[in-house]
Amino acid sequence: MREVAVIGIGCTEFGERWETSFRNLFVEAGVKAIEDAGLTGDKIDEMFVGNMSAGRFIDQEHVGALIADYAGLATNHIPSTRVEAACASGGLSFRQAVTTVASGMQDIVVAAGVEKMTDAGSSLSTDALAGAADREWEGFIGATFPGLYAMIANDYIHKYGLTREQLAQVAVKNHYNGARNPIAQFRKEITLDTVMNSTMVADPLRLFDCSPITDGAAAVILCPLERAHEFTDTPIKVLASTQASDTISIQDRRDISTLDATIAAGNRAFKQARVERKDIDLVEVHDCFTIAEICAIEDLGFCKKGEAGRLTAEGYTALNGTLPVNTSGGLKACGHPVGATGIKQVCEITEQLRGDAGKRQIDGAKIGMTHNVGGTGATVVCNILEVC
Amino acid sequence: MSVARFWRKQPQRYNLIGTKCEKCGRLFFPPRTLCPDCRRDGNIVEHKFIGDGTVVTYTVIRTASDQFKRLTPYVLAIIELDEGPRLTAPVVCTPEEIKIGMKVKKVFRKIAQDGESGPIYYGTKFVPVK
Repeated sequence: MREVAVIGIGCTEFGERWETSFRNLFVEAGVKAIEDAGLTGDKIDEMFVGNMSAGRFIDQEHVGALIADYAGLATNHIPSTRVEAACASGGLSFRQAVTTVASGMQDIVVAAGVEKMTDAGSSLSTDALAGAADREWEGFIGATFPGLYAMIANDYIHKYGLTREQLAQVAVKNHYNGARNPIAQFRKEITLDTVMNSTMVADPLRLFDCSPITDGAAAVILCPLERAHEFTDTPIKVLASTQASDTISIQDRRDISTLDATIAAGNRAFKQARVERKDIDLVEVHDCFTIAEICAIEDLGFCKKGEAGRLTAEGYTALNGTLPVNTSGGLKACGHPVGATGIKQVCEITEQLRGDAGKRQIDGAKIGMTHNVGGTGATVVCNILEVC
Repeated sequence: MSVARFWRKQPQRYNLIGTKCEKCGRLFFPPRTLCPDCRRDGNIVEHKFIGDGTVVTYTVIRTASDQFKRLTPYVLAIIELDEGPRLTAPVVCTPEEIKIGMKVKKVFRKIAQDGESGPIYYGTKFVPVK
């Protein structure tokens, strides 16, 4: 297998992009990534795009071909494939692209993700997102996506005694980081009171425990590490890209508040990368809800089960903490255009490792990790990246 | 939801009929047609659950899709059936009443309706055991 490098990244601004269509969001991110890599479009060998539900959100399928067409590559007839694993679609797209380059099949490969969510009303988006879990046995009886994470939260609170303040601190921290990210949907700091007084969505989760509905796209360009210096002075090496699955429903899990797929994908990633937990300088985790960040930090092995709430409240995961978590603002503040999120995480880590992250830069960051979850933990993708 | 899609699931939704692997004795609800432990060596047969269980975790849904809006706030829980398997189901009680560890039993109830004149979906909810 060949070693793989990230040579270009591009993210659109995340938010309610009423003026921009699905295809134009993709083109915006793709062009930025190609320019960043100093490439021309005709050099691209293959594309992958992560997208959860264009079919529900904008009544559009056949997304692989659509984006190749509007990227101006249809007449080059390059292979372009949509991949889907709900909220982990972006992570999956990245892993497919890494595998394609590592195997020697192709040299220059685009891994992208895009979601256009605000064209659908809130009832339709709630229902579409519920499709990330089990439609027949969860969605059918009225389980919403926040409702499922709320049941994880109540199980966690019952077992470990997490306080409401500790949970809210995840959102406060991620908004602090988002306020320092020019592409973030919410570039505004919030207080504990904002979270604790916000509308209840599904007990115990309030509105400010939840990631928002977002339009956005992100793209990265990969090539074999041995060719990376043809395109950039700052290639970022992919040390690991791993994926794991678990039961579609939380009801069937060994432990409701542990994501075994996170444990599996994380362990595989550390093994593949040949690094230890203590070597990780920063991590982007899948905080679709505040409780999800708490579980992720623990299930990735950065602390023991039941400790992440206290560590968060103590500032361990803050921008200036021992292990900065979600420097981009995470899904909570940067926004969560479902299919794009896994790629945005890679963009954030790449920016940090290049030293380009501006006001949210982690000084001297050498190794970073991403963690992208599909549904309530039925798919998890982990990546570890390193400065060359 | 198409008529056939709902009709296929009626035995399970109305009467909690799941499955059992006769080789290892493991019970499944929702039903599985392949035993994850015995795989092709397993022998899957129908199994009717009694419908008594315990609340493992719960939530109160306050924001729902159009189909469930009229029911908000409503209680959902993961219930561990006395026979072992767990399922996600509504519990007919107030948000104040629901507790982890609460004993519940199944009841047959209306779940939802497709619009004003569409089919009504029935299924299993749970009620607290006094």
